[in-house]
Amino acid sequence: MSNFLSLMHSIPAAILADGSFWLPPPDSSTAGAVDRVFYLVLIVCAVFFIAVVATMVGFAVMYRRRPGHKSERTATHNTALEITWTVIPCLIVAYIFYAGFSAYMQMQTAPQNSYEILVKARKWDWFFTYPNGHIDSDLHVPVDEPVKLIMSSDDVIHSLFIPAFRVKMDCVPGRYTYAWFRGIKEGTYDLYCTEYCGDSHYDMQANVVVHKSGEFDAWLDNAANFYKDLPPAEAGEVLFTRRCNQCHSNDGSAKTGPTFKGIFGQEHKMRDGSSVKVDENYLRESILDPQAKVRDGYQPVMPTFKGILSDQEIDFLVAYLKSLQ
Amino acid sequence: MSETSEQNDAVGHDEHPPWLAHHFDTPDQQAASAKLGMWTFLLTEILFFSGLFCAYAVFRRNHPEIFFDGHHFLNTALGATNTAVLLLSSFTMAWGVRCAQLGQRRGLIVTLTATLLCALVFLGIKYTEYKVKWEHHMVPGQGRIEALFGVQPEGEGTVPGEPAPRGFHPDIEYVVEHLREADQEAGVRVIAESVYQAELEQRAQYLGTFFGIYFCLTGLHAIHVICGIIAITWILRRAVRNEFSPQYFAPVDCVGLYWHLVDLIWIYLFPLLYLIH
Amino acid sequence: MATTTQTWEPTQSPAAAPDNYLTHTRGITSWIFTLDHKRVGIMFLVSVTICLGLGAFFALTIRTELTHPGPTILTDTTAQLVSKLTLSNTQLTPQQMYNRAFTLHGAVMIFLFVIPAIPSALGNFVLPLQLGAKDVAFPRLNLFSYHLFVIGTVFFLLTLMLGGVDTGWTFYAPYSVETSTAVATAVVGAFILGFGSIFTGLNFLVTVHTLRRRGLTWFQMPLMVWSLYATAIIQLLATPVLAITLVLLLVERLFGVGIFDPALGGDPVLFQHFFWFYSHPAVYIMILPAMGIVSEVISVHSHKHIFGYRMIAYSSIAIALLGFLVWGHHMFVSGQSALAGMVFSALTFSVAIPSAIKVFNWVATMYKGSIAFTTPMIYAMIFIFLFGLGGLTGLFLGALATDIHVHDTSFVVAHFHYQMAGGVLIAFICGVHHWWPKMTGKMYNETAGRIVALVILVGFNLTYFPQFIIGSHGMPRRYFDYEGMLDQIPHLTLYQIISTVGGYMFVGGLIAIPIYLLHSLKKGRPAPDNPWGAATMEWQTSSPPPWDNFTKLPAVTDPYDFDHLKYDETTQGYVTTP
Repeated sequence: MSNFLSLMHSIPAAILADGSFWLPPPDSSTAGAVDRVFYLVLIVCAVFFIAVVATMVGFAVMYRRRPGHKSERTATHNTALEITWTVIPCLIVAYIFYAGFSAYMQMQTAPQNSYEILVKARKWDWFFTYPNGHIDSDLHVPVDEPVKLIMSSDDVIHSLFIPAFRVKMDCVPGRYTYAWFRGIKEGTYDLYCTEYCGDSHYDMQANVVVHKSGEFDAWLDNAANFYKDLPPAEAGEVLFTRRCNQCHSNDGSAKTGPTFKGIFGQEHKMRDGSSVKVDENYLRESILDPQAKVRDGYQPVMPTFKGILSDQEIDFLVAYLKSLQ
Repeated sequence: MSETSEQNDAVGHDEHPPWLAHHFDTPDQQAASAKLGMWTFLLTEILFFSGLFCAYAVFRRNHPEIFFDGHHFLNTALGATNTAVLLLSSFTMAWGVRCAQLGQRRGLIVTLTATLLCALVFLGIKYTEYKVKWEHHMVPGQGRIEALFGVQPEGEGTVPGEPAPRGFHPDIEYVVEHLREADQEAGVRVIAESVYQAELEQRAQYLGTFFGIYFCLTGLHAIHVICGIIAITWILRRAVRNEFSPQYFAPVDCVGLYWHLVDLIWIYLFPLLYLIH
Repeated sequence: MATTTQTWEPTQSPAAAPDNYLTHTRGITSWIFTLDHKRVGIMFLVSVTICLGLGAFFALTIRTELTHPGPTILTDTTAQLVSKLTLSNTQLTPQQMYNRAFTLHGAVMIFLFVIPAIPSALGNFVLPLQLGAKDVAFPRLNLFSYHLFVIGTVFFLLTLMLGGVDTGWTFYAPYSVETSTAVATAVVGAFILGFGSIFTGLNFLVTVHTLRRRGLTWFQMPLMVWSLYATAIIQLLATPVLAITLVLLLVERLFGVGIFDPALGGDPVLFQHFFWFYSHPAVYIMILPAMGIVSEVISVHSHKHIFGYRMIAYSSIAIALLGFLVWGHHMFVSGQSALAGMVFSALTFSVAIPSAIKVFNWVATMYKGSIAFTTPMIYAMIFIFLFGLGGLTGLFLGALATDIHVHDTSFVVAHFHYQMAGGVLIAFICGVHHWWPKMTGKMYNETAGRIVALVILVGFNLTYFPQFIIGSHGMPRRYFDYEGMLDQIPHLTLYQIISTVGGYMFVGGLIAIPIYLLHSLKKGRPAPDNPWGAATMEWQTSSPPPWDNFTKLPAVTDPYDFDHLKYDETTQGYVTTP
């Protein structure tokens, strides 16, 4: 029996190894195990489905009502047959359960030496905090190294999903959840939010970049200190593309928030009727305490960037906004 | 509707007594259906409350200290009185059912009236308990409720021009004072007053969890008491009109069962909320 | 419960007047305030069909929008138009419209169609007839259930007018607590509908216990009755938990009691536990009556005794009870412990077995039968096809490792549509055709029925099968747009186009059904008392039945023994031979 089952296990994996029809390429260390369960279940499904439908259609054709054909009395139950078709599915699902559970345990238990990245989900952005304090909106990881994600949410429930790695875990406000993976191939992958979280749920996507061995540290160092060789306004532009352009434009087009084009120095009416001139102090306040003064015609929906943008980064952004005249 | 049932009765159901519905064959069948239906309904009522009991269990297990703090704000004497009142009402209700079985109309009217009075006393006591909480702003979302009655939102957490905040915004000084007294009684030693004060204020905030559950549980129970009052009034009216007999008293029976359930739920609520150690 | 001590008093037929429940009394109020279970059933039938239309409208909106990447029909222009039609002052964006569309599609379909469709519409009509009773145990309560349904529907329409709701039909906290859409009216609506459902279940449970025709034992009851009985158990045990959950969600949203809202110290995962403790069993509220219909139809239209009667009956009860233990499989990625995941996964597989047994029994029933390709029989076979595929793909979701990958993707969407639309809706249509002659006294056009059934089969598979594939490739559900994943999922746009085309075919088929059925009311051939040659009691009375259901006491026989029935050319129906 176990030989047969292991055969069942390996055939599909061999036939469908490239996995292009049903599944994306398995590019994490645990994805292969998941795919083997997937194909095992797929085979079971196909066999049972074809058997049941073929029998049904066969009976329907053979015993179709027609002149001269009569229904024949047969046994109204058959204990041996009924036990057989109860016990066999029981054994099959028991095996599927076991296979699914053992692959799941691999996916659950992060190795001790995992590289830890903090994940914060917020409508509708991802923030990945690296051990050196750098916060990125994409997930960068080194290849062939286990990475543990420590996840939480600032507002509603989100869910982090990387199809190529077969990884998915909810980000729940008020508690931490965990996920881990080891990327086995360098490249760029998609990361989606899969727990419905409001208006731009569909747009809550990020990239997962798996770096060549040895290049990750250089990337991280550069990402954290990207502004070293840049003038402030250009450093601010980098930050703008990372943090702001989801809701604010730099070319005058309409988005959830006001456009930044020419905003510096303008005078605007607020929701409470007062009027404010956009200067350094207003910009700083709006970044750290966005609800304090909300511009008329816009919803008070901007989240705070306290703890996400450093003082220096705010200075860069202000410099960039000044440059957008 | 009445017209159709008359027509039905005309079709060979002359021997049916007026209280026997046309689709039943015998009084026994009708009574058994009513009884089974009522028991089933009570089961759904228990399940309805079970969600809240479950939430209670989860939060108490995770935060036992909040529940311990919370129970200091409930008046055990009033709670115990209410328990006694409801037990008495269950007794008079059971007696009433017995009267109905025996066809004692006077006894039925007297016992039902007594049950009604007990129910009203219960609600009166509950009202005085709620009133104290209300005065100290200890009802979650109280500002929202006040806004319904045109009261301007004020106090902790309110922003001018915005709707009143959700959540628990109590009269902090009162709550802190009360917690401090409770701690003193329990012999808690204070080492650093400023730290202690901050801790008390934090504990006062956490009480929202307790009072959220408290008001949901007792409020839902109070709604059931009110429904019970309506039901008892209805059968009292029918009793006055002499509609019951030893052959037909299923409505009294069913309302009785319902009332016992309302009583039973309170028997659980009282220790779970008032008697925490 | 042996309570029937006196003999049955058959209602005397008033001089063979052509009086039936449809003509017995006249006027609109004689319907709105009727106490007759058959009329309540018909009113439910009409109401849920209208709700199905509303749900299908939202479904096509979603499908059309997804045909192409980028905004398709939900654009700034249509958003402006729709914003003007609602009573709220907010200006909607295309993605907000999409989120409202899928929420309303789900909520309308689940609460207003799939849950009440079979028990309340067909069950109400059939259950007392199959038991040989004159009515359900509590006719007033039954009518009240219908009125609650109408009130609940009004609340849903109110939600629509207030600009809709955008939480998804699951109302997950804390999103449902903080969104500015009309959550409150939708929740109140669902609460009221829940009570309607509880009262229907209560009524059916008591009816089965106390109103069985004298001499009808439990194991002589038709399987439809067994499945409605099992359904009633779930309705009674699960729905109250939904009711309290919705109440708590409402007070959380309005006042902030701190039970579900993490900002106030609450636990959002607790909401999921509560919600699925109802909503998973609710899946069986939907599918069990569907299985009952299929059990009836396969046997009757094959003229063959049902195979393994007791196993089918027991498996209904087993599903009802096991269904309460598996809710955690909706939460494998919510952060619950691995141990909980393991237990819920194992229990989930255990509930697969009774369903599999039923499928095997149905197929075995056809063996050596005399299978008529009537419309109900074709739908019953379509049911086995679609339900089989839906059930088997459930194995992917029960197994922990694969569920992690496909959870909340369109794979899950495809899976439950195979169950809910391919299972419940198809069985509902099957049942409507099967009992149409009994309900209306008219025969519908079989040719039209067969053609439409095939259109629906093809349209259905075109709609949902591609969603398995894109889902297992990682397409998340509830996504307004998929432009960003075109490079990740091969042929994504093609699959979406196929799905949309299939969707229109499917809905087109659905629209044709009421047309030819209503046509039969005017032009259809009068139905004989027993057009299919069925042996259950509802076919022993006239078509349509008289006000009190039976003019003479129906005979208690084996409900699946067709030997004593002979085809009669003059009436084109079956008659009993001694």
